This record gives sequence, structure tokens and C-alpha cells, in this order.
Amino acid sequence: MNGHPIRVLVGKVGLDGHDRGAKVVAQAFRDAGMEVIYTGLRQTPEQIVEAALQEDVQVIGISILSGAHMQLLPLVVDLLRKQEGEDILVVAGGVIPKDDIPYLKEAGIAEVFTPGAPIKDIIEFLQCRFAQN
Amino acid sequence: MQPREKLSELSGHKKSWQKKVRAVLEKYPERKEFKLDSGYKVEGVYTPLDLPEWDYSDKLGFPGEFPYTRGVQPTMYRGRLWTMRQYAGFGTAEETNRRYRYLLEQGQTGLSVAFDLPTQIGYDSDHPLARGEIGKVGVAIDTLEDMEILMNEIPLDQVSTSMTINAPAAVLMAMYMAVAEKQGVPFTKIRGTIQNDILKEYVARGTYIFPPRESMRLIVDIFAYAGKNIPSWNTISISGYHIREAGSTAVQELAFTLSNAIAYVEAAMEAGLNVDQFAPRLSFFFNAHVNFFEEVAKFRAARRIWARIMKNRFGAKKARSMTLRFHTQTAGCSLTAQQPEVNIMRVAFQALSAVLGGTQSLHTNSMDEALALPSEHAALLALRTQQVVGYEIGVTDTVDPLGGSYYVEALTDQVEQEVMGYIKQIDELGGAVAAIEQGFMQREIQESAYRYQREVESGERVVIGVNRFASGDELPIDLLKVDPAVGERQIERLKKVRLRRDQGKVAEVLQELRRGAQSKENLMPYIFKAVKAYASLGEICGVLREIFGEYKQQVVF
Repeated sequence: MNGHPIRVLVGKVGLDGHDRGAKVVAQAFRDAGMEVIYTGLRQTPEQIVEAALQEDVQVIGISILSGAHMQLLPLVVDLLRKQEGEDILVVAGGVIPKDDIPYLKEAGIAEVFTPGAPIKDIIEFLQCRFAQN
Repeated sequence: MQPREKLSELSGHKKSWQKKVRAVLEKYPERKEFKLDSGYKVEGVYTPLDLPEWDYSDKLGFPGEFPYTRGVQPTMYRGRLWTMRQYAGFGTAEETNRRYRYLLEQGQTGLSVAFDLPTQIGYDSDHPLARGEIGKVGVAIDTLEDMEILMNEIPLDQVSTSMTINAPAAVLMAMYMAVAEKQGVPFTKIRGTIQNDILKEYVARGTYIFPPRESMRLIVDIFAYAGKNIPSWNTISISGYHIREAGSTAVQELAFTLSNAIAYVEAAMEAGLNVDQFAPRLSFFFNAHVNFFEEVAKFRAARRIWARIMKNRFGAKKARSMTLRFHTQTAGCSLTAQQPEVNIMRVAFQALSAVLGGTQSLHTNSMDEALALPSEHAALLALRTQQVVGYEIGVTDTVDPLGGSYYVEALTDQVEQEVMGYIKQIDELGGAVAAIEQGFMQREIQESAYRYQREVESGERVVIGVNRFASGDELPIDLLKVDPAVGERQIERLKKVRLRRDQGKVAEVLQELRRGAQSKENLMPYIFKAVKAYASLGEICGVLREIFGEYKQQVVF
């Protein structure tokens, strides 16, 4: 971990107002020693990417429960690539059917955490990724 | 209720019993510390000693009588069961209309419309922010034409319809009235509810548009207009459901909902409405969560607290103004994606708590809701679950069968006391609107949500299939998939309506609405006129956005 805390942007993409998961995860990240920025509701992929670049984060964690994940999540990765932000890891969480996950991973989402996923698994996932790099 | 000497005798008996308990505990300690969702300790047994000054007439009375603890009607379910009302909507108006007619054929007794997010936030389907969202979490409604299709062949004088719509509630209510007019149903015959509860949107649900003050004006306009024109319509459904889903405790759910309700009553009275004119049409919406007895106590306490607030604080005279009538939905957040069939059992117990708590209508969640919108099969099982509760198991045979249980009465008293403490605190902050502006409710909910999650992660709170009794091999179940082409079809229809309607007329009604919004006049007549000219939801809300501005969320975490 070489002493630098992981910097994460937790964001809500799409129009749904379910922010319980996003906020609980953000708080758990902070308690695990990460630096956390939370965007609030109704962010567009453009706004998320702009905030991530501005805040110089290593990870974007997107929460989405509206069913618009197939359209909106790949957009985030595309926009990052276009703006030389492809080093930023994108993970997602929410009500996302299993069948949709392969497509999302192919589109560049590093991992998808679905309902019931323990937060410690998410934290371990990030810690592993950034310990290796 | 017990004479003093009897109680002191009992107290002596309890002491000797506790000695025995201590001896047992030395050999066989209890499994864990027992507490409610709200965090309070649960005793091993409850007796009259837990209800020392308890007076039957003061605390309970008879069903249909003040303070309505036992129920809002004298005969409750012996007369008529609750309305079985399954929240549904997806895709286009045609698809949703088909689901409604299916549910009605299967014995459902009322409709409950789920709108998609662009509709809930006042955007037309062709707005850039609607991309990917059209028809996803509910049905897309852009113009009156969509509402006409949604209610096609459904007689509006025979079903009651609940619409989960808040910031643009006035527009959707106006569309419903316009459909009734076209069906030849008089306004006095239409029955239903709009959620119209903006305060909890700022706190927990997120589909706000306008700032609080302007939103409160719209709500009061609806109260006044509906009172005169559609007397059987419930003008608001003050909702704890989403506050609970966002992570609050049972006590917080009730306290914040009732504080919001107080704010609506005060706003309407300040606008010059008589309390007994609008209060009879206020309705409520609560969550039926996992702790069975705590939930029953919550529902009972809700009625008692509200009756006393309306009578003592607001001077209501009509009985109907004092009765808290409510819809219940089982707890979506308690459903698990793992072993989804187990959710059927969770929903059944939660539904039972709502019925024992005296609900007026009920939505039972489908087992697949942690994964997707309900499939037809899952929605049918959920409806059958309530039918079993209503028709088979005898819990509806007598009113408030848990009344008088030492535990339930002690819990009811405790919930009441804790809720009153919160209401006092919120009053001191300047009322619900101020408390929300200061982020008070949001912070309280956030803390409870985080504590809940930590309890799940530590295993202290057992969730079957998640942190206990997990089984690796999951049975696949068929999920509903919304056709991705729905969005294009909906945008196409909107385009056609825009081409067909009288453009000059639309410009005129929108200009009138604009002038109305700048004045202090009641906006409902303008909105009604606009929807009848086929002005779209996005156009109407666009005019109001222009005049009222938009709410900027305060991020509290």
C-alpha cells in the first residue's frame, strides 16, 4: 500500500434516488482509511468522469439501481478513455442482473457487486488491486 | 388496570421467578442480547408490571373510536378486507395496462401505478437525462395520450388508483381526471391517491424537482382544489416507507413521517384552509419490516399519536381528521438476491404484521425484487400471499387480536414515547422543513443504515442465505426484462402527439400556466387545462422549473 490511501469517487449515475448503498459503502471506505468523494444523486456519466479527473482519484465506484446500467456504465469507461483517464478503475454496484455482468466487464467495468455483497469484499478487492500495482 | 396490591404481589412473585431465571442462566446462557430494530432492549417476558399506569380507555378505546389504537373502523376486516394493491408498471402504457387487467382478473382490488424515473422527475422521454431510463422502473407517461392508454378499459368509477408520484403529482392527477372525464365518470366518483409527499423525497427517495417552499405551495394548491372538485381523492400519502428503506429504524420512520405530516398541516392552515376540510383526505404509507411485533406496535402507535396530534395540536373536530389511514408495503430492503424463494416467507410474515397492525391497503413484494422488476409469476405469488392472510388463517376474524398483549402494549407505549421525543426535537429545530434543510433527518437515517450494515457484516443480524445458511448453488428464476426498444417506441409516440396537437393552443395554455406560477393563484386549473391540450409533462414541469427553480441536493454522508 506504500502509505498512500486509495482515493475513490463514489457516484450515483442515472436518475434513481436509492443512495443508501452508495452512502454506506462510502462511509465504510472512509473507515477503512480511503479518501472518499461522494457525488450525490443524478449524475450523468459526463459529470462523474469530470469529477473523477478533477479529484485525481484511482477508483470510481458507481451505484445504480434504476436499470439503466447497460446504457450508462459503458459510457463512463468510454469517456474516461477519451480523456486519458483509462488508468482509473471503474467498479459498480446495485441491482444488476447476473446475465448483464459479462457485457459490463467486457465494456471495461472491473467488477460488479450485487445485492448482499459484503462491503469487506469490496474493500479487499480494491486493496488487492492497488497493492499489486 | 390492576389494583395496586395485586401489582405489588405480582412484583414479589416476579422477583422470586427472576432468581430461578438466574440459576438457569448460569447453566444455559441465552443465545444473544435481544433488541428491537430501533435498538431498544427486549425483556425476557412482559407482564402487567410493564404497564403500571395503563388505562384501557385512554390507551386503546374501541375500534373506530378515539384514539383509534385498535383500528380506524369499528368492524375492520370483518366488514371488508384491506385493498390488495400491487405496485406495478414498466415499459409502455400498453404493457402496463395489460398487467393491470391481469392483476384485476386475479382478484386484485385496486391499482397502484409505478412511473419511470423521467416521469417522476418531470422529464419527457426525449430529454437527454432520460437515456436508458425510459420504462425501466415504471411506466413512461409523457402526455394525456399515455394516460388514456394506461387506463384503457379500466372503469375509473369502479377501481381506486394509487399513483406513486410526487414532484409532478399535480400533472398526473390532472391527467387522471381528464381520462375520467373522457370515460364519462363524474369527478365525485373517482377514488385514488397521489403520493405527493415531497418532504421525504429530499430526505430519502430523491425524486424532487423544485425547492421546498415552491413544492409546498403546489401541495397546498392540490389540497384546496381536490377538496372542492374530487372529494373522494386522497391528496397525499405521507410516507415513511422510503425513509425506512433508506435505513431508518421503526421509531425514526414514524417520527419523521409524522413530523412531515405536521409540516403539511401547518402549511395548509397557514394558507387559510380549515383543518377539517383537508385533513380527512390525508393518508399515510408505511413499511412492514422484519421485526414482527415491533412493526405491529409501530402501526398501532402511529394511529394513537396522530389522533392526539390532530385533536390537541390542531384542534380538529371531525373524527375523520383524526384517523390515520395507511397503505403498507413489505420491506424491499429485506429481500435477498440469494435464494430468492425464501423472500416469499419474509413477505408473508411482513404482510401479517401489516394486517395485525390494521392497514387499509397492502402491497406484498415479489420474491424477485432484489434482482429485477417482478415477473408475472412472482407478482401473482405475492398477491396470493395476501389472499392467504385475508381468507384462510383467521387473523381477520376479530379486530386487533394482539391488543392487550403485555408485550405489544408495552412496545406500543415505548414507540409512542420515543416518537414524541423526536417530534419535540424536530419542533425545536424549527419543524420538518428546517430539520431537512439542516440535514438532521438525513444524518439520523445514515447513521442507522450504517449500523444496520455493520450488524449484517458482523453476523450479529442474521440474514438467511446471506450471512447464515448460504448455499452455493442458486436456483435460477425467470426475470422480467424490459425491452430496450421501449425507449424508442415511447419517443416515437411523443413525437406523433406533438405533431397532431394544436400547437397554438399548447403555447397559450403554457403561457397561462407561467403567469399563474408567477402569481399566487391555485395552479391546478391551469395544469388541468394544459394536460387536456396535450401539453407534455416535461413542458408543464419545464415552465414550473423556469419560475420556481430547481432543488439542489445537500450531500450528507
